[in-house]
Amino acid sequence: MEALSVDIGRLKSGEVNLGTSIMAVQFKDGVIIGADSRTTTGAYIANRVTDKLTYVHDRIYCCRSGSAADTQAVADIVHYYLQMYKQHMGREPSVHTAASLFQNICYQNKDALSAGIIVAGWDKEDGPSVYNIPLGGGIFRQPWAIGGSGSTYVYGYCDATYQEGWGKDETIEFVKNTLSLAMARDGSSGGVIRMCVITEGGVERLFVPGDRLPKFWQGQEVIGKTFKAAADTEMIVEG
Amino acid sequence: MAAAATVYNPVGFDFSNQIRNNFLADRGIPLPKATSTGTTIVGCLFKDGIVLGADTRATEGEIVADKNCEKIHYITESIRCCGAGTAADTEFTTAMISSNMELHALSTGRKPRVVTAMTMLKQYLFRYQGHVGAALVLGGVDATGPHLFTIHPHGSTDKLPYVTMGSGSLAAMAVFEAQWKPSMTREEALDLVNAAISAGIFNDLGSGSNVDACVITATKTDMLRNFVKPNERVTKERTYGFRRGTTAFTKEEIRNLVVHEEIIGVRDDAMDVDGS
Repeated sequence: MEALSVDIGRLKSGEVNLGTSIMAVQFKDGVIIGADSRTTTGAYIANRVTDKLTYVHDRIYCCRSGSAADTQAVADIVHYYLQMYKQHMGREPSVHTAASLFQNICYQNKDALSAGIIVAGWDKEDGPSVYNIPLGGGIFRQPWAIGGSGSTYVYGYCDATYQEGWGKDETIEFVKNTLSLAMARDGSSGGVIRMCVITEGGVERLFVPGDRLPKFWQGQEVIGKTFKAAADTEMIVEG
Repeated sequence: MAAAATVYNPVGFDFSNQIRNNFLADRGIPLPKATSTGTTIVGCLFKDGIVLGADTRATEGEIVADKNCEKIHYITESIRCCGAGTAADTEFTTAMISSNMELHALSTGRKPRVVTAMTMLKQYLFRYQGHVGAALVLGGVDATGPHLFTIHPHGSTDKLPYVTMGSGSLAAMAVFEAQWKPSMTREEALDLVNAAISAGIFNDLGSGSNVDACVITATKTDMLRNFVKPNERVTKERTYGFRRGTTAFTKEEIRNLVVHEEIIGVRDDAMDVDGS
């Protein structure tokens, strides 16, 4: 019998992608999660101010990369499970519980999903924690995790820069710089940086506009001119 | 052995139709294409609510199938939805969600929310993994304020203050990116939506004909069908009709083609409809 050729690439053509740069880092009092804001359909930017930091419980968020439809569907299901968990058990779910739910869905539907998710948050058992759930549906606890197409450009930077025992401000700078570098190199990432600081006390949202991103080597020496910095890298706390 | 093969029913999926279809496609007989609304649809937030907009062209390949179709669909009184993509899919999904929203409103006794419609649509489209080809702009006003969403065929959603979809979305988005500003008046928003749809009508081959608009506020929804008609057909300068009296005739006879029939009742008295 002749071989069947079912073109897998065609089946999901025109799908909305989060060709992304996402990140989560744990520190003394909590975790910082961050993401760029670009959503693309092919070469078109379908949303330039996307929020890829998704609430799943009071102190547990996830960073989504891969297919927008798949990751939204999975996050919605986990959000529902965690609401049910709290009602049944009468206590807050742990980050590990949330990450395991994500992992179960991602592993059991690995053939149908393209979802790379980082789950991060704070709980009473472990304090701050970060779980990476890459494409195949594995689960890995890490002190810091990066993901999405932009992450491949900044593994070296993260390995060289990260140190244990950082406070909140140092960790925010690390996330901001890493994402800026990733967004500058990766064409599928860009826009603004959104960050969340998750601690026992609450969740604080931070926002860096596209014209206030940290600047690195801009090639002044090559052009032979010295440019004045367009703007400082001030942050805005979202209301 | 050959006889046994016809009786034997193997388990699993049967892909023989795909082999047939691939064979036919190779011989130059491709599968028929569905009518698509190669479309420009937009939505825009303003001070008091939402303005939705759409062109009115429906196409089958390069043929214009309908010059004045309706792409702004009813979901509830204060929630409407623009559809792009496969015409039949947008028509039936919005009709089905509209029906379910009405039942939901009846069972909860509340005015349904825009996020409810958005969730129902995204879960339905996600279940069909993009095979239901509906690209939607959903807008409305509910107890929590005005909301505007885009919903892609695979089931992903975005919430933004101004959105465009369809083949003319690039032309329309260029207008929005240049001119949109926060808290516009109703008139400013309508003008902007009109400019965005017009950009689609004039610069995108898949879009054309008229501009439909829909203004949704907390108190009232105005469906402005054919809000602007920039492509009206001009009357022909000459006509091919013959002048009266061009042809000579010898006699004239007018017959009545309507059949008249007199109905006579079986009984003289009126039918007894009184229960007593």
